Amino acid sequence: MTVVLVVVIVLLLVLLSAGTVVTVRRRQADADGAAPAGLRRRRAPEAGAEPPSRPTGVAGAEPGAPPAGEVVGPPGSEAARPEAPVREAAEPGAALAEEAAAGAGPPRLRDRLGRARDLFGSSLAGLRSRGRVDEAAFEDLEEALLLADVGLPTAGRLLDALREQVRAGQVEDSPDAMVAALRADIAGLFDGEDRSLGRAAEGTTVWLFVGVNGVGKTTTIGKLAAAEARAGRRVVLAAGDTFRAAAGEQLELWAERSGAGIVRGAEGADPSSVIFDAVQHAAARGADLVLADTAGRLHTKVNLMDELAKVRRIADRPPGHVSEVLLVLDATTGQNGLVQARQFAEAVDVTGVVLTKLDGTAKGGIVLAIRAELGLPIKLVGLGEGAADLVAFDPEDFVSALFE
Amino acid sequence: MFETLTDRFDGIFTRLRGRGRLGDAEVAEVLREIRVALLEADVSLEVVRDLIERIRLRCSGAELSKSLTPSQQVIKVVNEELTATLGGEAFRLAYASRPPTVVLLAGLQGSGKTTAAAKLARWFKQQGRHPLLVGADLQRPAAVEQLRVLGRTVGAAVFSEPSDPVEVARHGVAEAERVGRDVVIVDTAGRLTIDEALMDEVRRVSEAVKPDYTFLVVDAMTGQDAVRTARAFHDTLALDGVVLTKIDGDARGGAALSVKQVVGRPIAFVSTGERPEDFETFHPDRMASRILGMGDVLTLIERAEQEYDEDVAAKAMDRLRSGRFTLEDFHEQLQQMKRMGPLSSVLGMLPGMPKEVRNAQIDDRDVTRIEAIIRSMTAAEREDPAMINGSRRSRIASGSGTTTTDVNNLLRQFKEMQRLIRTPAMAGMLARPGGRKQKKRGGRVTPSLKDAGSLN
Repeated sequence: MTVVLVVVIVLLLVLLSAGTVVTVRRRQADADGAAPAGLRRRRAPEAGAEPPSRPTGVAGAEPGAPPAGEVVGPPGSEAARPEAPVREAAEPGAALAEEAAAGAGPPRLRDRLGRARDLFGSSLAGLRSRGRVDEAAFEDLEEALLLADVGLPTAGRLLDALREQVRAGQVEDSPDAMVAALRADIAGLFDGEDRSLGRAAEGTTVWLFVGVNGVGKTTTIGKLAAAEARAGRRVVLAAGDTFRAAAGEQLELWAERSGAGIVRGAEGADPSSVIFDAVQHAAARGADLVLADTAGRLHTKVNLMDELAKVRRIADRPPGHVSEVLLVLDATTGQNGLVQARQFAEAVDVTGVVLTKLDGTAKGGIVLAIRAELGLPIKLVGLGEGAADLVAFDPEDFVSALFE
Repeated sequence: MFETLTDRFDGIFTRLRGRGRLGDAEVAEVLREIRVALLEADVSLEVVRDLIERIRLRCSGAELSKSLTPSQQVIKVVNEELTATLGGEAFRLAYASRPPTVVLLAGLQGSGKTTAAAKLARWFKQQGRHPLLVGADLQRPAAVEQLRVLGRTVGAAVFSEPSDPVEVARHGVAEAERVGRDVVIVDTAGRLTIDEALMDEVRRVSEAVKPDYTFLVVDAMTGQDAVRTARAFHDTLALDGVVLTKIDGDARGGAALSVKQVVGRPIAFVSTGERPEDFETFHPDRMASRILGMGDVLTLIERAEQEYDEDVAAKAMDRLRSGRFTLEDFHEQLQQMKRMGPLSSVLGMLPGMPKEVRNAQIDDRDVTRIEAIIRSMTAAEREDPAMINGSRRSRIASGSGTTTTDVNNLLRQFKEMQRLIRTPAMAGMLARPGGRKQKKRGGRVTPSLKDAGSLN
């Protein structure tokens, strides 16, 4: 096996050098085109426009998914439910944003996180007492950022920028001003994000949930189903996790809680066909939305990532239209979160991130790097295991909590 | 270009070679780099600080002057410290004198407790024991059902009832006693450490069953929060050990170090995959290398062994040795390499790669492009790239959906590789079937192409 190792290393060196050349070229092109590196395709906003046609790739590679789904809706769900008026949102947006705007529904992030009124937060208490802006003050700031999982590279960039601002006199030379400036800079990272959840103008909207194991995909779907139901919209859940024991049962319980329909397959069934069936089912019944669950998978597993790419392709077949591919990310994740985001974005063109478990002690600072380096918007935040524990992402609230 | 890469393999230590003594300033610089590596690996800030201080003390003065390669000495010390922190005594399970031996699993949501419980059951069975799984997670929808299905898969009985977690646990142990099971594994619900009610609940579960072993289940990709969580659980439950999950990913796993340091209990088991058999006892030295970013050579070898076809590799070796390695061969080997996972992650396992190299990010799309280019060539062209003139390049470019620049780049890189293969150093490395692996503990575990024959 030593043989193999040598070969592998040699090949890697070649590829590396070849790749570096190409990468350099592309980065320059990106710099000209001002598109963030790593974000391959920018999705055009779908304000009533024709859904963009998707390249079909190698024709005939995937046969039409054979019907394998077993439709298990809550008993009598179809007949008993009165024809709910379909509420037209003014623009594509999550039911959550609407609820928040209407003053009803789940509370804002800041309320749930018990936001400190204090500008400094506990992790910066030492800084305030310094009274002077010196290198030690910057170290305090760095420490606070690192503790929040922001990571060295991003923390470094933020603090370098801050140093520059202080030097240029744009920021007053006091701890108060520094912290305020840093917070503003961080919040500014999220400027221009499109946090809306897209819906197709025609056909059946599909939101696909992806991520590594244990992050909260199924629970997030359950919460969204509940939110959509509250907004009077019809949802079908697709039990696309056909691998994990009792994953279908878990999702089914959520379907019952929220009154959503659900399409399941046999254990070990092809996830693509289950989701395909769910789309068909939804279309036939005029449901607004399919929330598609997938099995958790480590991004290092090539075959599983290939499978996921296939799932997305098939879910996107008419009448289905994959309007969102949401990467669910656990707030406790460290620097590996960036790698995860990169790999998943590469494989299935992630459109946004759901940051879960932010009600715990973890700060989820890795999303700063994800935003800065990959340009992915953070769309939703999970704050607990209950049906109402899902809110829209708010940069200001998030930044405050970062320094708690 | 390859010369530059081999130079950089030594990273920050290159310029330190040849010096007899390592002064404080050099040590400080090395330690700065180590700090970066540890933080990138998600080791907790306070643990990093501690560790760096200990290493600095060990590295200063007398100890180094004896060493011929001071820079290697520093790394050796770092690796030793990490291994010591992670290891200490290996975990040995001692069964209760009066059965059953009760094992309690606790941790955050999604850490992998339920899966770990089933794997533990299987592990105990392999030790000749008869475990009972107790499903005390009544919080997560279908959690008990999940445990039941897993129980069936590994052949272990599962007990649960729709009451409350404390009662379930208590009755579960009673049931085990009744039917003569000698091990009970209690799965509990994931819980946040700041949820007082739930932390109190798990404390009561613990009081009800008086576990012989309480394990904290920790996800290997956990960041700085690992320490907070570990402390809180340890304060509440008095942990006996840690189960580290999902280490088959590419997270560096600094959380392991943090938790071990803070809780002071061994990492008992690691979960290395999604199948029930992907469960083993912990290897401190392997983890130390991985955290430090020195490359998990063993994992690399393992993955290569699993995915790379031996015969195909042997063939590649023959052709490399004889200098007849063609684009066709390259393409064939690429297929094998791809099976090892995203190439950036495989690259991450190569020892001794300095940050610039690791961060260069092999883009797997580039690989696809290279493959397409090769596939657009005729057999003759792959055999003898020198014949590929301008019009052929254009044809290949349009056939593969790339540009002539891309084609030119590939041909140039390939020619460079062929030249490299024929250099004496490389020939030396290739010529030795099964050469010795220079894996000094903490030493330079780099396949330095200048050191002929340092790779096993």
